[in-house]
Amino acid sequence: MSTRGFTGRKPPEATRERLPPGQYLTEDFPVLQIGPNPRIDLATWSFTLREGSRPLKSWSWDAFNALPRTRWGGDIHCVTKWSKFDTAWEGVRFDDLLADAGIAAPSAFLLAEGYDDYTTNVPVADLTGGKGMVATHYDGAPIPVDHGGPARLLVPHLYFWKSAKWVKGLRFTQRDEGGFWELRGYHMYGDPWREQRFTGD
Amino acid sequence: MIDPAPGPLPWQTAILTAIRPVTRRVKSYRFRVAFDRPMLAGQHVDVRLTAPDGYQAQRSYSIASPPDGDGTIELLIEGLPDGEVSGFFDAVAAVGDTIELRGPIGGSFVWRPEDGGPLLLAGGGSGVVPLLSMLRHRAATAPAVPALLLYSVRDAGEIIAAEELAVRARDEPHFQLMLNLTRAGGRRVDAAMIAEALDRLGPPRHAYLCGGNPFVGAVADLLLDAGVDPARVRTERFGG
Repeated sequence: MSTRGFTGRKPPEATRERLPPGQYLTEDFPVLQIGPNPRIDLATWSFTLREGSRPLKSWSWDAFNALPRTRWGGDIHCVTKWSKFDTAWEGVRFDDLLADAGIAAPSAFLLAEGYDDYTTNVPVADLTGGKGMVATHYDGAPIPVDHGGPARLLVPHLYFWKSAKWVKGLRFTQRDEGGFWELRGYHMYGDPWREQRFTGD
Repeated sequence: MIDPAPGPLPWQTAILTAIRPVTRRVKSYRFRVAFDRPMLAGQHVDVRLTAPDGYQAQRSYSIASPPDGDGTIELLIEGLPDGEVSGFFDAVAAVGDTIELRGPIGGSFVWRPEDGGPLLLAGGGSGVVPLLSMLRHRAATAPAVPALLLYSVRDAGEIIAAEELAVRARDEPHFQLMLNLTRAGGRRVDAAMIAEALDRLGPPRHAYLCGGNPFVGAVADLLLDAGVDPARVRTERFGG
């Protein structure tokens, strides 16, 4: 059923092919978050892998920055409908975190945890094989605090609420536990190409 | 705080029952729609428009009306000149039209009467819309909860619900209004303004900030500078 009088501004074919359903292209980089920017001191910053409450491996800022670095470029998609093309990130792949820790992932799921107490769940399989990283740089510079710096998760093939800002660690869980938004009606997985915005989508 | 998800969120057909100008650029749109789940003050809806060739555009809009169960919602939409969806509402939408929407959405930027106060609300421009829902809900259900709205706009012509807010400030003993005009000799919200708001209200149990990113970011930082616990501050930003 069409909306009376609406024609819209259908983007060109080349743009449409890169836009998941319901998304529109923006040139800006909108800022969306549940609360204030946390105040993070790099002297005390740390990033920790945990299994439940048990720490597996922790890095200081200096140690983290000594890890192998990888660049990723591509499109990102926010559940609030905007998509941004050709974003450029640099950071440490999940694979390289595990390698440096000398461990295999102890379970199939995890929760990313932010300095602002935000959490979001991601299956381990969506981070391995180069699919996810902890990014420290955007567009060639340290990530600004508005966009999650000093470090944020980057899982670009899922809606961007999965790419937790100000991340302080990843906590492996035995089952797929919902995080902040997932417990408030948002989809447990969040594939933009299947338009998995909300529970049941 | 958390309600179990009641299942898939369906697209629904809403009937546009009234349109009313609010400011130079903002109009009020009243829709008749029966949600399948309870609404909370501060939530939003997703709106979906469909062109004859099947092309669709979606946007999110905050709900201005309170959760009063009357089977309608009010959206206040700013007609942006280059807005694909807001421009349609401004220039084309008419009473009697049917529009697809789904909601209510959002479980973070919400206030329930049992959450109590003091309640500090800060809105920049049309960011006041979800705060209006909270104020209307508070007046109807928990008028003894102390509340203060710090509302910053460029000039007086942009004040949404100006008369309603003035009447509330006059008639509701526990509600205070601080209007800030940034143009014509005015200034942006600063530390002195935040200090005055906190002094008049007392330490907030909950703070809700909504507006463009520069406004929300600045107010959030000022509240933290003033010693407000970040866990008590919820933000919602548009431009996304």
